[in-house]
Amino acid sequence: MAVCVAVIAKENYPLYIRSIPTENELKFHYMVHTSLDVVDEKISAMGKALVDQRELYLGLLYPTEDYKVYGYVTNSKVKFVMVVDSSNTALRDNEIRSMFRKLHNSYTDVMCNPFYNPGDRIQSRAFDSMVTSMMVQVC
Amino acid sequence: MEGLTLSDAEQKYYSDLFSYCDIESTKKVAANGRVLELFRAAQLPNDVVLQIMELCGATRLGYFGRSQFYIALKLVAVAQSGFPLRVESINTVKDLPLPRFVASKNEQESRHAASYSSDSENQGSYSGVIPPPPGRGQVKKGSVSHDTVQPRTSADQQEPASPVVSPQQSPPTSPHTWRKHSRHPSGGNSERPLAGPGPFWSPFGEAQSGSSAGDAVWSGHSPPPPQETWVSFADTPPTSTLLTMHPASVQDQTTVRTVASATTANEIRRQSSSYDDPWKITDEQRQYYVNQFKTIQPDLNGFIPGSAAKEFFTKSKLPILELSHIWELSDFDKDGALTLDEFCAAFHLVVARKNGYDLPEKLPESLMPKLIDLEDSADVGDQPGEVGYSGSPAEAPPSKSPSMPSLNQTWPELNQSSEDTAIVHPVPIRMTPSKIHMQEMELKRTGSDHTNPTSPLLVKPSDLSEESKINSSVKFASGNTVDGYSSSDSFTSDPEQIGNNVTHQRSHSGTSPDNTAPPPPPPRPQPSHSRSSSLDMNRTFAVTTGQQQAGVVAHPPAVPPRPQPSQAPGPVVHRPVDADGLITHTSTSPQQIPEQPNFADFSQFEVFAASNVNEEQDDEAEKHPDILPVEKASDSASSLRVAKTDSKIEEKTAASVPANVSKGTTPLAPPPKPVRRRLKSEDELRPEVDEHTQKTGVLATVLASQPSIPRSVGKDKKAIQASIRRNKETNTVLARLNSELQQQLKDVLEERISLEVQLEQLRPFSHL
Repeated sequence: MAVCVAVIAKENYPLYIRSIPTENELKFHYMVHTSLDVVDEKISAMGKALVDQRELYLGLLYPTEDYKVYGYVTNSKVKFVMVVDSSNTALRDNEIRSMFRKLHNSYTDVMCNPFYNPGDRIQSRAFDSMVTSMMVQVC
Repeated sequence: MEGLTLSDAEQKYYSDLFSYCDIESTKKVAANGRVLELFRAAQLPNDVVLQIMELCGATRLGYFGRSQFYIALKLVAVAQSGFPLRVESINTVKDLPLPRFVASKNEQESRHAASYSSDSENQGSYSGVIPPPPGRGQVKKGSVSHDTVQPRTSADQQEPASPVVSPQQSPPTSPHTWRKHSRHPSGGNSERPLAGPGPFWSPFGEAQSGSSAGDAVWSGHSPPPPQETWVSFADTPPTSTLLTMHPASVQDQTTVRTVASATTANEIRRQSSSYDDPWKITDEQRQYYVNQFKTIQPDLNGFIPGSAAKEFFTKSKLPILELSHIWELSDFDKDGALTLDEFCAAFHLVVARKNGYDLPEKLPESLMPKLIDLEDSADVGDQPGEVGYSGSPAEAPPSKSPSMPSLNQTWPELNQSSEDTAIVHPVPIRMTPSKIHMQEMELKRTGSDHTNPTSPLLVKPSDLSEESKINSSVKFASGNTVDGYSSSDSFTSDPEQIGNNVTHQRSHSGTSPDNTAPPPPPPRPQPSHSRSSSLDMNRTFAVTTGQQQAGVVAHPPAVPPRPQPSQAPGPVVHRPVDADGLITHTSTSPQQIPEQPNFADFSQFEVFAASNVNEEQDDEAEKHPDILPVEKASDSASSLRVAKTDSKIEEKTAASVPANVSKGTTPLAPPPKPVRRRLKSEDELRPEVDEHTQKTGVLATVLASQPSIPRSVGKDKKAIQASIRRNKETNTVLARLNSELQQQLKDVLEERISLEVQLEQLRPFSHL
């Protein structure tokens, strides 16, 4: 469903970014980058409350005419950003949420790997395959 | 492509070569790398090689597919035989000898030797891959015989090469040890202190010795058929053993491929099945892995934490990325820790990787940790259908993976215990001391489930708790006292029937000869006594759990008293007696007021109780030691309870000597009552409090004296020890009880004070 999936670390550098139509990669990278501002805005807005009360799913960050960008942040300030094709009107919020949940689970699995140093790029094949499964559905 | 008919030997040979060249196992071989070496090894002029490549179509495709490769090989054979290279010659030339690639061996060896010193071990392992003919049988056929001459020479050449090669890297030490292993297959490999990477090779030493008999010879290549060459090759045997493992399934496939597509299909199947067997862990390997596991984690049922595993596997000097992938594959439950099965799988993958096998995308079936639920004994582990794995039987891990089942059990266990604890909600009812025991033990049992997810305690308590629950439910049902013993609402009746429960338990557990059936767990612990769930009990009962191993419930018997068959009818009768006792008790409560002076008299009761105990001691010297504790406790309890009223005391005293049974039962009636706070008036509280303290004191003395009671009269030592154990348990239980009662005493005293104050406040008004 997604055309681009990105995992961004707390310090706002990408841990993992992948997009489906590979020719437009740069555009997606840029979109994800700009969406970080929106994410931070949302976090700080809710951040006055306790972290617990803050919802992990941030929802639609901003729409463009072609794409919609959704955000999700974990409790360790790791952000997941997903760019979805606007033409996919069938995508409901719940589905996006479930996709983020899967992302989060896979990310947790990656974290559990003792050979993974937090802050490294994510090179896990399992994570890759999971993201692929999410993205392939579009095509 | 043109149809290609290959003889069986040719087919095997070609597939071997293809596998050899197909490093990436992508089923297509690039024109460079191994293929070039191979063709160069064919000792053909370059233009011939080019021509071959053109003919087979590789230049068209840009790479060697399997069919192209086979055609190329056939053309090589054709060329080597001196026939002109034509496309038709592939099929027309009959009885072609297999293409010879001899000299290449040495080249490759030397090349690898050169790179070995500077490169990672993977290359070294590749050098090992070369000779190891993937264990194809039929190698020594006559058609190959003429090839063996050259192979011999190359084998000799290999010999000096590999020893030179091997010692340079980390697995280096292994060859030496490994050689020894092959000489002494039965040698204690595991005990040998090998270097970190060393061990990686030793399992193969073990395996090799085991499978040396089945060593196959690379048909066209230097076959180290003689065992000595296997031995001297540091690296080769490991892979050879690995490869020899996928023996049978490969050899079985003798389909003659006539069509390229069929070829491909067969090849895929064979390749996948050829991958299948390497993933199988042999017994020696498994034993080795287990020993390695023990060095990290002595408890075979426990976990290896991620950090320890990381250190361990980092020693293998595989790149972190690959180790990371191996971890992903082997950490089946994604918990960041490795169970024994997961560890063996990971180890095996590392070993395979070091020998040049590519890591699979999914965990092979044979490496899948078998999740055998202890209770369900059903395979919980998912086994994704690997391609072509149907051929090889997945090896079930020899040892059940208790940690996995315990993991699976943890969830239901936790659920259960959470339910249990959920049911146990604070009920503002004072519990009898014995009930406190039961509660504590219950809490400890469930608490231990929580706190020891990985220890065997989890497994045992789960089983035992199941058992005990069943037992208790049975017993309770039969006793009709507490239903399901989880209902806290039955509390109202509980205090009355605590004694019943106790005696019930005693009676029922007494029917079992050795008391192996765990006495039913006490009724649901009431969290009103949070103190009871303190850690001391955990420790205590953990110790006792350790002591009572087989079949004994994790929680010690609720009450020390041994079951008495004679008491069986007692409890039944007891209940109505309880009711009466309750009434009498309440009726006696008014008597309490004038009996306040009893406070002072309690010291008398102590003395009395002690004397009573002494009397009992004499009496019980003749009795069955099992019954002793029961009677002791009951008597002492009874004596204490009796201490409430002087009259009662006398009665009980008189009754104590002759009728122990009755004494045991009837005095139990009042004891629970006074504990119930609801029934208490202020006056009741006081005597109860003191009673409790006295009781505990007497109980303690009684229990302390119990072990010293001579238990002779031809009792088995075992029975004595058992009774001693029980007494000790009783001791601990009652000690706990003591502390509980002390606390209660304090509380009650405070209440008393407050009530007195209120009373005084009211009194002036009454005067007015």
